[in-house]
Amino acid sequence: MKPPAFDFVRPEGMEEVLETLHLRSSDARIIAGGQSLVPMLNMRLARPGVLVDITGLRNLQSIHEVRGEVVIGAAVRQAELEAWPHLRRKLPLLAQAIRWIGHVQTRARGTVCGSVAHADPSAELPLALIALNGSVRLASQRSKRTVPAADFFLGMMSTAIAEGEMIEAVTFPVAENGTGYAFREIGRRHGDFAIVACAAVADKTATRLAIGGVDDHPRQFDLPQENGDELDDALNDIAWALNARDDLHASGRYRRELVRRLGRETVLEARSCRN
Amino acid sequence: MPQLAADTKHRVAFHLNGRKVEVLAENRMLLSDLLRHELGATGTHVGCEHGVCGACTVQVDGAPVRACLILAAQIDGADVRTVEALTPTAQQLSPLQAAFREKHGLQCGFCTPGILMTLDALLTTRPDASEQEIREHLSGHLCRCTGYATIVAAALAAVEEIRKEQKYNA
Repeated sequence: MKPPAFDFVRPEGMEEVLETLHLRSSDARIIAGGQSLVPMLNMRLARPGVLVDITGLRNLQSIHEVRGEVVIGAAVRQAELEAWPHLRRKLPLLAQAIRWIGHVQTRARGTVCGSVAHADPSAELPLALIALNGSVRLASQRSKRTVPAADFFLGMMSTAIAEGEMIEAVTFPVAENGTGYAFREIGRRHGDFAIVACAAVADKTATRLAIGGVDDHPRQFDLPQENGDELDDALNDIAWALNARDDLHASGRYRRELVRRLGRETVLEARSCRN
Repeated sequence: MPQLAADTKHRVAFHLNGRKVEVLAENRMLLSDLLRHELGATGTHVGCEHGVCGACTVQVDGAPVRACLILAAQIDGADVRTVEALTPTAQQLSPLQAAFREKHGLQCGFCTPGILMTLDALLTTRPDASEQEIREHLSGHLCRCTGYATIVAAALAAVEEIRKEQKYNA
């Protein structure tokens, strides 16, 4: 349980980061908090030739609001977002979800963007990004681009990040008046990976439900506006559409039942807190 | 930009329990191993080595973190605190440690150093922490002996003790 050998660089600016990614391409990995990468190194599931430490880069350390979006830089730790004084007002869904991410001890180091880059199918931050229609800002030596969350997650720990690219920031749209947000999760113990996690966003005309922990990446669905049988039917269709499988933690059938019940609770809660 | 090659050791300088230390370490060395093998600070225990059990929890810049998930190279310039820092003198226990002894908050003691560092950080920032907060912070630790009830009781007793101390010193 010790990491394999790797070079380690501490760039002083973005140019150096992107140059290293360009030169070493698939052999290079970005490290920030390391809370997903270091376990992978310890178990030797990852064997990068060089780690590029971005924690010292000032321009990646800020949370700021621009044109209706909260922009979270790649070196911002989860604990810093948790302590951000505007979190409850600007990103109420994240204010609810963030306590479910790992533990106090991992949030103190782990970054928001790192969790998005890791793309674990049951992780809370990718789910919130999908639910809120956020986006991911990618940079490489050649160009910059912004990828909507819906196009970013491709599968189990697989994303749209290309060779030589890194996440510079993720953006979440600021909460709107008249919209309700709710987050629910079931796991074996607090801080364990979610068996099923649900995030709902409801306004006067539409309801979205995003579900994590079931399919190989978080997915989003539109729901009918009624609270009765039509909602139950839609949730049942979603439960079957998610390719729920049996694993060590839960059966596929149990996951489908959680999608139906937890999904319903989450939707009703989001609808009840519209104001 | 500082480039540290994989096949050599590099200087890492940081503060450990208030003292400045400098060691040579490979990039791949974990903070948990650096503490135990290079510095002889064996109070920090190593359990799962992938961030699940919490036994290796230490404080970095005041926050409780998993030492097995931090690379030595990332600790340069930081302030690290381990369980060795808790006792005021060799003959004395801190109020938190005394409460663990009093309330049977440990049995085999393997998980205890990590739990103490988490609770010490919590009680430093939130001296009047509620039972719910204490339980939430403890959720990052596994204990196979106690069933946690006595650990929570010890933490609550420490909160009470610290409150009393503060009253007398105010």
